[in-house]
Amino acid sequence: MKEIILSVKDLKVRFFTRRGTVRAVDGISFDLLKGECLCLVGESGCGKTVTALSILGLIDSPPGKIVRGEILYDGLDLTKCPAERLRHIRGKEIAMIFQDAQSALNPVFTIGDQIVEQIRLHLEVSQQGARDRAIGLLKEVGIPSPGEVAGYYPHQLSGGMRQRAMIAMSLSCDPQLLIADEPTTAVDVTIKAQIIEILRRLKESRKMSIIFITHELGIVSEIGDRIVVMYAGRVAETALASELLKNPKHPYTSGLIKCLPDITQAKERLESIPGTVPSLDNPPGGCLFNPRCNRAMAICRKEQPPPVKVNKEHSVFCHLY
Amino acid sequence: MKDHKLLTVENLKKYYPVSGGLLYRHLGDIKAVDGVSFYIKEGETLGLVGESGCGKSTLGRTILRLEEPTEGTIIYRRADITRLDKKGLRGLRKEIQIIFQDPQSSLDPRMTIGQSIGEALLIHGVKDERERGQKVTDMLERVGLEAQHALRYPHEFSSGQRQRIGIARALAPSPRLIIADEPVSALDVSIQAQILNLMLDLRREFSLAYLFIAHDLSVIRQVSQRVAVMYLGKIVELAEAGEIFSNALHPYTEALVSAIPSIRKRKKTRILLPGAVPSPLNPPPGCHFHTRCHRVLPVCSQVEPELKDVGGGHLVACHLYGV
Repeated sequence: MKEIILSVKDLKVRFFTRRGTVRAVDGISFDLLKGECLCLVGESGCGKTVTALSILGLIDSPPGKIVRGEILYDGLDLTKCPAERLRHIRGKEIAMIFQDAQSALNPVFTIGDQIVEQIRLHLEVSQQGARDRAIGLLKEVGIPSPGEVAGYYPHQLSGGMRQRAMIAMSLSCDPQLLIADEPTTAVDVTIKAQIIEILRRLKESRKMSIIFITHELGIVSEIGDRIVVMYAGRVAETALASELLKNPKHPYTSGLIKCLPDITQAKERLESIPGTVPSLDNPPGGCLFNPRCNRAMAICRKEQPPPVKVNKEHSVFCHLY
Repeated sequence: MKDHKLLTVENLKKYYPVSGGLLYRHLGDIKAVDGVSFYIKEGETLGLVGESGCGKSTLGRTILRLEEPTEGTIIYRRADITRLDKKGLRGLRKEIQIIFQDPQSSLDPRMTIGQSIGEALLIHGVKDERERGQKVTDMLERVGLEAQHALRYPHEFSSGQRQRIGIARALAPSPRLIIADEPVSALDVSIQAQILNLMLDLRREFSLAYLFIAHDLSVIRQVSQRVAVMYLGKIVELAEAGEIFSNALHPYTEALVSAIPSIRKRKKTRILLPGAVPSPLNPPPGCHFHTRCHRVLPVCSQVEPELKDVGGGHLVACHLYGV
């Protein structure tokens, strides 16, 4: 039995807006084990980024608020953690990388200075020590001539290089946990393959846990150990990656898999899921997926489905089972 | 009829001059499209794939003369597009339409959907208002929306619906060829499948031809009969879709195909390309790809390979093949 490093329990995050209350995350739970890569998968607006931001205490309040649930990290509930304490955890023990490295990096400081700043914020090292460490990190993520690149400003780097620089920065204080929010979405396919390779290597060499947020199932099969499929702020299904892709139980998961084009051959038609994701300020009753589900039953419109265990690692929130 | 060439592009070039420094001198050219030749048959979909900055969007826009070509010819049926005057261009744009990646910014936020689609019809000669209204309704219903949607504004729709509107507008003047510039890359997967299906249905129904520009190879696989791969302004490989994916010859295509993350089978031999696409202002000499190529020969850095037929209509520009 592996050690649980982070545990999210019945998390509910709401945004109180003029147009009404948006239930961005509506009661999700999952555990993250040490050294594993957990993928949060879902379409836009399903709450995957909000979940990640909640872990780091980065939900803007107002309008957002964690209204329920707890996030346990190392015996500490991050939702109730004082801001000062959270600041020490954020960036040091839990680091995050973003989709758009261009806007995550500061344009007026060099890459090296930004990494040095982060290192010296959390660790007691000399300026020179921090600099050496920064260059070592740039080397670790595969940046050629790291000494030179440390003196560059973000705009002097290509998209793939910027993404690497951001990964290097996130590693600066040897985090236990890395949250990667769609780091491969804005880059080209050859760069995407490079980034996945780097993350996979880091996970092995540093025994780091990763929460990987993506909407692409193809990437999940490359890097994920376990998958949590989210839909409209709730968990639809969770299982080991290999199991989930081969044997999806939830109609939403199997729909997602079937609507991917296949590179080995063109199909007559792609299967698709009718309709769109419901609006979260006025969600449908019962199972949130029922208006789009081709196997919906009467009960689906009335009751929210409880989790059903398929096996030890696989559970599905669906009335079919 | 099937094998008729609808559009033939010969040695098309689009250069953007770069100037700067003292006295604003001409420093060089960005060769966004650098000597591209291909054709599209009636009712055929040609997939155009490549990474960002390879010139695929510029190519699409140049065909419609939204960008003025620097050199080369574009023959649509019998007319040379590069020589058309303003009036001729208007006629051309009835025949060739374009769909953009971002339907949000390609629809006028202050016009209703009905007005937007109606305007396309008016420009292309449907003067009668009743007839226009009827046609707008037909188009909306054809792309899976409802007649009443004509009275709404773009912000009232989801991104998938907006892309349907973009398609309806492109379809309204009854074009023969649609240039689709990354039409599904901004959409979620479940919506992406809906839009791809719609585009396939419309192709059959109206025997449309598409130039389908995308960076996602699995999308290209699904929609195309033939596929052209671009790298730094040039076509490096062009073949039947099945051929490209099962028997890629160019090392760049090979790497692209192997880099596709797929849930169906785990790749054992992934080719990881080092580095990124070089600057188009100062591309490497010889074969532009040689700096990242895993099968590079000494000749590659000196001589630029030509696009040659290696049998069965499979074109490739690489020193590994041919003489």
